[in-house]
Amino acid sequence: MSESKGLIKSHIVKKYWMAFTGLFLCLFLVGHLIGNLQLFATTYEGQLQFNEYAVFMTTNPAVKILSYLTYFSILFHLVDGIVITAANRKARPQGYAYNKPSANSMWSSRNMGILGTIIFVYIVVHMQNFWYEYKFGSTPYMMTEDGSAPVLKDGSVVKGGTIENGEVLLNGEVMGAAMRDLYTVVLEGFQNPILVAFYVLGMIAIAFHLVHGFQSAFQSLGLRNQTYTPIIKKLGYAFAIIVPALFAIIPIYMYLMA
Amino acid sequence: MSTSKGMNLTLKIWRQKNANAKGQIETYQLSDVSPDSSFLEMLDMLNDKLINEGNSPVAFDHDCREGICGACSLHINGEPHGPGRRITTCQLHMRSFKDGDTIYIEPFRAKAFPVIKDLVVDRESFDRIQHAGGYVSVNTSGNTVDANAIPVDKESADKAFDAATCIGCGACVAACKNASASLFVAAKVSQYALLPQGQIEAKNRVLNMVKQAEEEGFGPCSNTGACEVECPKGISLENIARMNREFFSASLK
Ligand code: HEM
Ligand code: SF4
Ligand code: FES
Repeated sequence: MSESKGLIKSHIVKKYWMAFTGLFLCLFLVGHLIGNLQLFATTYEGQLQFNEYAVFMTTNPAVKILSYLTYFSILFHLVDGIVITAANRKARPQGYAYNKPSANSMWSSRNMGILGTIIFVYIVVHMQNFWYEYKFGSTPYMMTEDGSAPVLKDGSVVKGGTIENGEVLLNGEVMGAAMRDLYTVVLEGFQNPILVAFYVLGMIAIAFHLVHGFQSAFQSLGLRNQTYTPIIKKLGYAFAIIVPALFAIIPIYMYLMA
Repeated sequence: MSTSKGMNLTLKIWRQKNANAKGQIETYQLSDVSPDSSFLEMLDMLNDKLINEGNSPVAFDHDCREGICGACSLHINGEPHGPGRRITTCQLHMRSFKDGDTIYIEPFRAKAFPVIKDLVVDRESFDRIQHAGGYVSVNTSGNTVDANAIPVDKESADKAFDAATCIGCGACVAACKNASASLFVAAKVSQYALLPQGQIEAKNRVLNMVKQAEEEGFGPCSNTGACEVECPKGISLENIARMNREFFSASLK
């Protein structure tokens, strides 16, 4: 039928995708936050636990699928956001000489594109800081607390072992892959106050993005009624403030701790 | 009731000779404006003055002057229909302003609302959206059925009526940062979608009206809610959610 063309092209369908990917990314944020909160444990056990968690996150097949879904969602959300923002602008070629949008709408609702751009820059820097560093950089290896022996990816200690090209050798024999010490990379990274400030700024952008975005996504999907909408709005505010705040406390804490 | 001393105003008004001309803001001084006069009466006063001085009057749309036709369409001091809530421009009174105020008066701005002259814009795009699906099929061939013969539950009837109070003024478009017509289209879709009489064309209605709105050049909806705040009839965003639902189910059918 001829209408089906409208289906693919329609703004409304683009907004369904925007909302769907946005809400998926909110779920991702919760998972990511739970992992990060382990950074508060500053003992050797905490360090070991966090590094074991990093191994799990980079090797578990279920996590792999989720991570590809997350990358896909971010990219789709980004491209869709650019297409929508371009259409937004095209609809009013000549603006008002005097406009007072603060009289009828929230700042964050009118600046989702700018906020999204800040978030995107944040994501790129963040990936470079830790993901790239962990995968391809010169991340140090995890040793026992006294520094005498290397630790394997499965957490076992090889007394008398040496590390070569990421593998632990004992008497010339390969014992397994060495665990990397992401914890120390994070801790050292956050000794730079500029990086700490940048991370806090990134979280502020996410907070503002979600103050509008969380409830907006439900509206885009048509999920609205008199009972649930007030709850969704309150939940959205709480989510938009609490989740980024918890993320932001971590770099501040690590900066002050050392 | 006494009318105290009239107000002196500085008016910054968009003047544009015709659709193709390049317009600009012109400044006018108007004195002794009664706070009890309506905004449109104030413009009438200005036009009398301009005509007496041999200048061309400011063109603006108006008809009923009682908030029911939706013709009046001014963007006043940064908001469609001015600073008031739940009123059209014709229901705005000069007591909302102070002596010495500067007032910006501009046409509703949207790609799909091109300026015809001065403050008058062409809103036929709304008519074309309405033609694309804003109707129901009724039997008119001698055996007409009384509309009230079909039972409608109270809640649906109320919501359909609320949606039907949209006067098609275009303030929602004017207020929206994306010049989106979502609130208007949603009101028209909802008005019928909520009633049994509207079910026959329900699927094509939402698909075709949405499609027409996009072809006219109205933008996507960012859910800023500016439309709902500025709408003189208080049309709720609930209607946009309903339109989004209707569009989804119609797309799957
Ligand atoms: C990659 C960087 C990002 C960009 C460029 C971006 C851009 C945008 C834009 C432009 C919109 C509004 C579209 C409109 O006008 O309606 C939007 C909405 C939204 N974004 Fe993002 N965003 C980004 C990241 C994120 C992240 C990380 C999350 C969640 C954790 C998120 C969640 C949402 C939600 C829930 C919405 C509301 C969807 C709706 O209105 O239906 N975004 N984004
Ligand atoms: S929805 Fe409200 S603002 Fe929009 S056209 Fe109808 S009455 Fe005017
Ligand atoms: S002139 Fe009819 S609504 Fe204002």
